[in-house]
Amino acid sequence: MQPRNMIALLLLALLAVLPLLTQAFDQRYLLSVGTRIVIWSIAAVSLNMILGYGGLVSFGHAAFFGIGGYAVGILSAEGIQNGWLQWPVALAASMLWAALVGALSLRTRGVYFIMITLAFAQLVYYLASGLEGYGGDDGLNISRSRFAGLLDLRDKATFYWLCFALLCGTLWFCGRLANSRFGTVLRGARANELRMTALGFPVFRYRLVACVIAGAFGGLAGILIANEGAYVSPAMMSWVKSGDLIVIVVLGGIGALFGPLYGAIVFFALEETLKPFLDLLHKGWGEYWQIVFGPLLVLIALHARGGMASLLRRRDG
Amino acid sequence: MEYLLIQVLNGVQLGLLMFLLAAGLTLTFGIMDLVNLAHGSLYMIGAYLAWTFITWTDSFLLGALLALPATFIVGVILEVVVVRRLYGRDHLDQVLATFGLILFFNDLVRMVWGPAGKSIAVPAFLSHTVQILPGVSYPAYRFALIVVGLLVALLLAWLVARTRLGMLIRAGASNRRMIAALGVNIELLFSLVFGLGAVFACLAGLMTAPISSVKIGMGDDILILAFVIIVIGGIGSIKGAFVAAMVVGQIDIFGRAFLPELLKSFLSPASASAAAPAISQVLIYVLMAGVLVWRPTGLFGQRP
Repeated sequence: MQPRNMIALLLLALLAVLPLLTQAFDQRYLLSVGTRIVIWSIAAVSLNMILGYGGLVSFGHAAFFGIGGYAVGILSAEGIQNGWLQWPVALAASMLWAALVGALSLRTRGVYFIMITLAFAQLVYYLASGLEGYGGDDGLNISRSRFAGLLDLRDKATFYWLCFALLCGTLWFCGRLANSRFGTVLRGARANELRMTALGFPVFRYRLVACVIAGAFGGLAGILIANEGAYVSPAMMSWVKSGDLIVIVVLGGIGALFGPLYGAIVFFALEETLKPFLDLLHKGWGEYWQIVFGPLLVLIALHARGGMASLLRRRDG
Repeated sequence: MEYLLIQVLNGVQLGLLMFLLAAGLTLTFGIMDLVNLAHGSLYMIGAYLAWTFITWTDSFLLGALLALPATFIVGVILEVVVVRRLYGRDHLDQVLATFGLILFFNDLVRMVWGPAGKSIAVPAFLSHTVQILPGVSYPAYRFALIVVGLLVALLLAWLVARTRLGMLIRAGASNRRMIAALGVNIELLFSLVFGLGAVFACLAGLMTAPISSVKIGMGDDILILAFVIIVIGGIGSIKGAFVAAMVVGQIDIFGRAFLPELLKSFLSPASASAAAPAISQVLIYVLMAGVLVWRPTGLFGQRP
């Protein structure tokens, strides 16, 4: 076991007992922060698969939040609250959308790819805000998915553990995938697409499959977000959320398995600590925390490409 | 018929405004290979500066004339302090850094000007309507927007095609390293072009202000549309940006003006008026997807 994996496992162990800790110290709010960290980690791990391993800068990943979330929301509004039905439908919808977007956008390169993925996400955003029957711009209050007799998602700790278990599953799956032949081809295509094509690999098809897998996990995160707040709205897939996801992936370390987890922890920890810290310096400054956070992102982009994962790696020597 | 004409003019006016934004973006992308998400922030800052100067001088024209050079200075400072370091970097770095700049500028503006939106009044000398055809009148301010927009578009076309600066811009777009090797001060050129883009963004922002409002994040959504326009037109192509902006402007206005009536025939009036703007936005993105599938580098983009 390498030391840097030890750090990740320690973090996971800490996350595993988080509900017990927050209960012991009576910090209910921390549990909701923890839930958000875990859910966003799932989405970031999936984005990391196409962005990190595949080298494809997708700027529309938050669309899957919306598709997963709205699939649950619309079914719930139509009276179907059975999770065993809702979740597969939501996942299938996300994968279908990923396949469609992937098939069209993978024809383009570089900045065109960034923009076309962004545009498709905006398309879903506007579609959702046009759904007057399902809340339109204001969003939709839903009731949480029901898993009769098995789980009660209304219980905060139960829900947290479910998210955590799904995150572990996602990490396990994506870790296996990254080290498989499939992952190697994906990384090879990032390094040199022409050479991989010359070697006889259908690069397009590999990338498309990667997009569909990433879409499924992105949709899963969307399902969880919808269930966390019992609420879906177009705002959950605004392009700023896609930007936040990229920030998390880069912050954690592109193409590192546990990078997105580190990234999500740092991202939400910064948000939660910068506000009170600035308020401490001067009353009312906390509201403007992004004045500090924005330039921090610029510095990270300029000087810390490897993110947290490479910092940890460097210390291992 | 009159209604149609007025809506077409509205589309032209919206298209020209978006062209002003897209022109700056496509120049910076074409020459410096820079994905600048913060371009919308310059649009917002330009509008806020215009509000400040117009309130201060109590004159729309004077305020506008002060806001343009002020935004130019903001643009040049931004280029020297941050953006310059992003040339030649990975697109992902550029997206991340300029995304950070958006967050920074949104909160900075909120801190300086407060969270409430501002409004700029339509200048008195343009608050009447003009007869464009016998019996068809059109607000003078919107008409002036079209005139100014067309003039700026012509000016830009002249600048790029006929002047020394334009020659350097075109040379820079086709081979950056070569013109640096020929002894052109490329850093100065980049700063100038970035500042020029900022001026266009400011112009778009201050001209939009009287017909909508000046608010935080006003640049964020229109920025995406500007990106859609330069992607449809082909990145780096001024001509492409113009054509695409005109088309997108028409689609947008069509969706707002005619789609509700069309939808009412099979939807309830309330859902029709809610769905129409959404559908017109969707149409714009469908157009973009279609163009990219047909021509992966846009209508007028350079083939790889």
